[in-house]
Amino acid sequence: MNLYEQQKANRKNTVVVVAVFIVFFAFLGLGFDIFYFGFNPWASGAASNGFDEGAPAPGIGFPVATVIALLFGSGQAWWGMRFGDRAVLSAANAMPVDSSTTDPQQRQLLNIVEEMKIASGLPMPKVYMIPDADPNAFATGADPQHASIAVTRGLIEKLNREELQGVIAHEMSHVRNLDIRLMTTIAALVGGVVLLSDWAGRSMRFGGGRSRSSRGSKSGGGAGMILLVLWIIAVVLAPILAQILAMAVSRQREYLADASGAELTRNPAGLASALKKIETDYSPTQSIKKGTAHLCIADPLGRKMGLREGFWADLLATHPPMPHRISKLMQMAYQASPHPLNS
Amino acid sequence: MVALIVLGILVVGVLWVIVQYNGLVTLRNQVTNGWKQIDVQLKRRHDLIPNLVNTVKGIMEFEQDTLQKVVEARSAAMGARGAKDAAAKEGVLTDALSKFFVVMEQYPQLRSSENVSKLQEELTSTENKISFARQFYNDIATTFNTAQQVFPANLIAGSFGFKPAELFEIAVAAEREVPAVNLSLKK
Repeated sequence: MNLYEQQKANRKNTVVVVAVFIVFFAFLGLGFDIFYFGFNPWASGAASNGFDEGAPAPGIGFPVATVIALLFGSGQAWWGMRFGDRAVLSAANAMPVDSSTTDPQQRQLLNIVEEMKIASGLPMPKVYMIPDADPNAFATGADPQHASIAVTRGLIEKLNREELQGVIAHEMSHVRNLDIRLMTTIAALVGGVVLLSDWAGRSMRFGGGRSRSSRGSKSGGGAGMILLVLWIIAVVLAPILAQILAMAVSRQREYLADASGAELTRNPAGLASALKKIETDYSPTQSIKKGTAHLCIADPLGRKMGLREGFWADLLATHPPMPHRISKLMQMAYQASPHPLNS
Repeated sequence: MVALIVLGILVVGVLWVIVQYNGLVTLRNQVTNGWKQIDVQLKRRHDLIPNLVNTVKGIMEFEQDTLQKVVEARSAAMGARGAKDAAAKEGVLTDALSKFFVVMEQYPQLRSSENVSKLQEELTSTENKISFARQFYNDIATTFNTAQQVFPANLIAGSFGFKPAELFEIAVAAEREVPAVNLSLKK
């Protein structure tokens, strides 16, 4: 897959993901309308239908919660694409690196980012540093013109220049491939789903007894029950499904960013050795929250899952197994070594 | 009816020519810009060298020869005329600089100096930026050349006078080995 196909695929996937999320929000809202407000989508008049008859509160004719959820979902998606990067950065306590800094390590970081900016022909991204001892990095933003790259202090301290260059090249590839748009949107939406289903679940436990029990004892239509069960399952599973989606989308992109990062530096061994160092440092990255794990170069939760492959591991890991990534890079380095690396 | 079909084909043809032409112009501008980026970094290298040489001169007095070569290569590169000449002379400068860096590694008092390591980082980064700028230039120039040469776009490129861009070739064989020196600040 070349760069333009990759960008196209990412644009399309962003639209699909946003659509799925909005439909899901609408579904959650519809459940509210049906089970709490007595709205019946199949009847022309609200009170004239089967299973709302005799309910203490007469049904309403307008799906209020659905509309609210739709608006909320669309708003969340728009906000996520536009401002998701800021939320992700501030959640990780990322501090901008001043472009006139005199600190030698930060100076070097800025230099390396600029080198990769030149190699990729993109605008200069904003550079952030996260005060965390565990080596990790991520890129975020809506497009290459509004991109940010954040690295932890541990990464700068533990990697040498060549390795740091490999990591920055990997992140720059995420920027160039437009992975960042998709990933940032997903991060924001996952947050939204967790919030909403949390909210729905809570109101189900405390305030929701009324309409359910009344309906259950009276008409108790079979279709209504099935819908209710489906709805509850959806509410419970939503956060998990959203996470799994985020992970699946992330995993396939890591190999690609490794490869195109190596294409930028023409030095796959640099990134390979960086990944080795990051891998041996297995302590979790404290500052990076669960919802943004899929943005990072290495799983910030330090899960051992990264070592295994197979269906379950694939389902739950945000990143492909580290040994695989390293051996792929080493292969590239081996193929490149007998010749001058220049094109 | 026939007239309509002919007209339709003509319109499509003209639109195609416009799209192709604009695409080539965009690429040509990118190539020009890529070339300028190399120049920016070369200029920066020329500016940094006197600083570094002055800083280390006192400590490296036994290496006057190496220093002299760098200074000479720099002034030769600054006086170069034309792309080919510049490429050759910048290559010599790169070569002299990498030897200079190797020699520098033997002076621990240089490595511990904050000022020197700052300058060294700037120069290392500039060396990298030069080679990445060339790499990017070569990539975009190749894209531009291919876009001109494939059929049927070559008909347009030929009649509008597009010329293939020259690729950057490495003048000195040793140039590629510059990054072999480990210049990391962490020891």
